[in-house]
Amino acid sequence: MPPTRVPSSPAAVLGPAAVQETREMFYAEALNDALRLEMQRDPRVIVLGEDIAEHGGAFQVTAGLLAEFGPDRIRQTPISEIGLVGTAVGAALTGLRPVAELMYIDFSGLAIDQIVNQAAQNRFMFGGQARVPLVVRTQGGSGRGNAAQHSKSLEAWFTHVAGLKVVMPSTPADAKGLLAAAIRDDDPVMFIEHKLLYRTKGAVPTGEHLVPLGRADVKREGTDVTIVTWSRDVLLSLEAAAKLADLGIAAEVVDVRSLVPLDKEKILSSVRKTRRCLVVHEAIKRGGYGAEIAAIVAEEAFDDLDAPPRRLAGVDTPIPYAQPLELGVVPQVADIVKAARELVAG
Amino acid sequence: MDKQTALHLYRVMRTIRRFEQRSTTLFGENKIWGTIHSYAGEEAIAAGVCEHLRDDDWITSTHRGHGHCIAKRAELGKMFAELLGRETGYCRGRGGSMHIADTSKGNLGANGIVGGGIPIATGAALTAKQLGTDQVAVSFFGDGAANQGTFHESLNIAAIWKLPVIYVCENNQYAESFPAKKAFAIEDISVRAAGYGMPGVRVDGRDVAAVYAAASEAIARARKGGGPTLLVCESYRHEGHYYGDPRKYQTKEEIEGWKTAFDPLLDARGWIVRDGLGTEAELDAIDRAVDDEMERAVAWAEAGPPASPLKFPEDIYASY
Repeated sequence: MPPTRVPSSPAAVLGPAAVQETREMFYAEALNDALRLEMQRDPRVIVLGEDIAEHGGAFQVTAGLLAEFGPDRIRQTPISEIGLVGTAVGAALTGLRPVAELMYIDFSGLAIDQIVNQAAQNRFMFGGQARVPLVVRTQGGSGRGNAAQHSKSLEAWFTHVAGLKVVMPSTPADAKGLLAAAIRDDDPVMFIEHKLLYRTKGAVPTGEHLVPLGRADVKREGTDVTIVTWSRDVLLSLEAAAKLADLGIAAEVVDVRSLVPLDKEKILSSVRKTRRCLVVHEAIKRGGYGAEIAAIVAEEAFDDLDAPPRRLAGVDTPIPYAQPLELGVVPQVADIVKAARELVAG
Repeated sequence: MDKQTALHLYRVMRTIRRFEQRSTTLFGENKIWGTIHSYAGEEAIAAGVCEHLRDDDWITSTHRGHGHCIAKRAELGKMFAELLGRETGYCRGRGGSMHIADTSKGNLGANGIVGGGIPIATGAALTAKQLGTDQVAVSFFGDGAANQGTFHESLNIAAIWKLPVIYVCENNQYAESFPAKKAFAIEDISVRAAGYGMPGVRVDGRDVAAVYAAASEAIARARKGGGPTLLVCESYRHEGHYYGDPRKYQTKEEIEGWKTAFDPLLDARGWIVRDGLGTEAELDAIDRAVDDEMERAVAWAEAGPPASPLKFPEDIYASY
């Protein structure tokens, strides 16, 4: 298990007087805690999705919520992705604050019209008449032998749609704080988890904990190279940074946490300090969000760079089944170490 | 039906017809950008259904949405202003003809995606059920949308949850250029309701009294917790799919024959006079009043300022 750190921000969010108790939680448990607290706080919050009731969700994120809130608020749906997301859109437009669960991000194609043409554009098309306080919770990523239709990293699709926010937490604490903030947000949020993170553990503030959308978090400070990353690759990058430190390279790891809105300033200020930028993501490189970040860095911090921004990302292929093949198509810790060393040496 | 209701239904239908005529003129004068889809011929459906709806009931509409807006009591001036791309339009020129909403009257919006509004109305009905109100939601959509996946998924969800929603399928005989008789292996779309476990009703969509009566029953059932209904209204689209459609998939004989045979306004005039609910003179007076109202609305819209420049991110996000 790579080391994780409680994000530096909760005290700042809550004000200097608040000292929060924390408890070790799994990532899935932290998400569950956020859902429970938001549902207790606001009766308008409901959850819709497949297998979310007695079964507790495919990854146990909604475990126990049926018993506490009942079937009207933990609304298990038939296997009808566009039906459940569209129903959530309509509910959001008329006064509820629904959280719709798409079991795998790979299934989002079945619901894409309601996400892209309806939820995302409603406010704009109708001249600001309505708000769409909708969260679509889903998960992606490889690493469980689930093969091509259950392992993709599709965040770039959603960052390309004006009107959506896109959030990808890496730690249990961020997962809780960002989900609570997403539920309270008046815009549609794609909340993308990673299937390999659910069983990772970390200290999580108990009670109310909010991490505002649009604020990156420096998960490790360094001076030689900035690694910009998100979701599970934050953990891999922290592991790589520890190995780089043994090699005398101080890597700074910036966890963007929310891809839209993007905390450009925190990325740029880090890059201006280290003068080198490596973007790491699991999604395939072609058209990935790393290209966006690398371009921003090149456009806005070119004069501060000692080397061109570099991307380390997934191979342009569907995710294969066999484990050695699967591990071979997405960045691993050794790949991050190698890329960072080359960037610093170059 | 009482006199007041009959004359009001006629007035709504006449307003819709005149709005479509006036929009077409404005389009011909190159004042409207993009495209418009005329609801002429289908007026009885929106009028007959919305007569039962309160301002806090919701509707979702379609690309052919002007009639639904009007029947849900939208302001004509703000509708024209939207078509003309003015700041004073319903959507401040951001939406246009295919994207008019009026949330103050429960109109959740027209929709450029065929079948896109069906799950949204389902979700609005879920809100009513969840909050324990007696509000209802109505989704208007065409025969084309009845072959989309959203139709299937939404009707099933509404049926298992007994949601207060009425699915109003306007079968105007064409999904763009594709005739319903080729797009369905069944003749009566309302039989699909049985597959979801909800009542299916088929009415003559030219007869506003028939639509009014069928909608009354479905809406009352929904308000009392009796669940959803599929209401199929047989109709005919007087104009092409869009303004300027060459209509190569139809014959002149068909169009002219049906336009006369299938005209809800002529039909209503017939029975209103026959049943003694109004005189020709009263109906003519309504026509004149509607024409005057329309000219005032167009003049107001044309005097409005152009759409203001986009503001980022405020136009797109509630917060950023």
